[in-house]
Amino acid sequence: MALFARSDARTVLILGWAALVCVLAACQRGDESVAPSFRGLDLAGAPYGRDFRLTDADGRERTLADFKGKAVLLYFGFTQCPDVCPTALIRAAEVRKLLGAEGDKLQVIFITVDPARDTPEVIKAYTAAFDPSFIGLYGDAKRTRETADEFKVYYKQVPTGSSYTMDHSALSYVFDPQGRLRLAMRHEQTATDYAHDIRQVLAGK
Amino acid sequence: MKRFALTLAALAVAAAAHAQVTVKDPWVRATVPQQKATGAFMQLTAAQDVKLVAGSSPVAGVVEIHEMVMDNNVMKMREVPGGLPLSAGKTVDLKPGGYHVMLMDLKGQVKDGEVVPVSLVFEGKDGKKQTVEVKAPARPLNAAAKTDPSQGGHAGMKH
Repeated sequence: MALFARSDARTVLILGWAALVCVLAACQRGDESVAPSFRGLDLAGAPYGRDFRLTDADGRERTLADFKGKAVLLYFGFTQCPDVCPTALIRAAEVRKLLGAEGDKLQVIFITVDPARDTPEVIKAYTAAFDPSFIGLYGDAKRTRETADEFKVYYKQVPTGSSYTMDHSALSYVFDPQGRLRLAMRHEQTATDYAHDIRQVLAGK
Repeated sequence: MKRFALTLAALAVAAAAHAQVTVKDPWVRATVPQQKATGAFMQLTAAQDVKLVAGSSPVAGVVEIHEMVMDNNVMKMREVPGGLPLSAGKTVDLKPGGYHVMLMDLKGQVKDGEVVPVSLVFEGKDGKKQTVEVKAPARPLNAAAKTDPSQGGHAGMKH
């Protein structure tokens, strides 16, 4: 009888431990799957940035669905830009290198906010100078404005000298392989920050 | 003849020693065909307080001194109003993320390795103007901001 009681106590103890371990495991799982630690701005579920319909430098119409299965890094800029745009695209090329074997699972897309000057020929040569895998997209003035609005991207022509420059949002957007907007990365962040977040998005987090 | 050449060389050194502005490690970002604008970058050190007020280049129709600023994640590029001030002895770095000499209305493609002449006009406190001729080699479009030792230049040698 005494033996029986002791066995009961042991069972309770074991069950207690098992429950505790389960709780801890669940907590940990929750940490990883519910709240991944992104360095960029988490935009999961944002009611904007759903899609675009633009033309690539070869004249094909492109939407986000074309890139299913890959993460997408999307940047709005213009080629007459000597500073932030090259810096952003140099970083994007570096991010692909940092991702190693997974670099091929990242599609970098450049959308021009200056379609009047950025002809398909210029866009193609420009994006290829950074990485031949990069894709440049453009639309007419109306489509460009609609696309920027959909992505909450600001741009504006500003006259300078006999020419003009463009003010524009310098965020980079990250989409997961299902084509869902997930993150906005800031211009001040490093290639390491970008790669850190994109690796998680590629891992399904 | 040799003596004459030596004298000339000595004169050139003397002139350089009196130059008010020293330009170090100048470079221009190369372009793709049909691209109409790019930037020149360099380090400027002035012996006296001056302002960089203007520039010109045979490769560009318009040259302006620009500053890039990030304002709430929006990139803005503007001509520096009234010129870029240089304090005596203090090096001002014209580099991506800050100031650049904006070359606009390009007359042709700026190819990697091409040497681009740029004339910079500095104005002293007394209103006197001095022009400094810069020969800036073009670095690839995808050249990063930092000095690339493989591209030569004194700044690169020191690293």
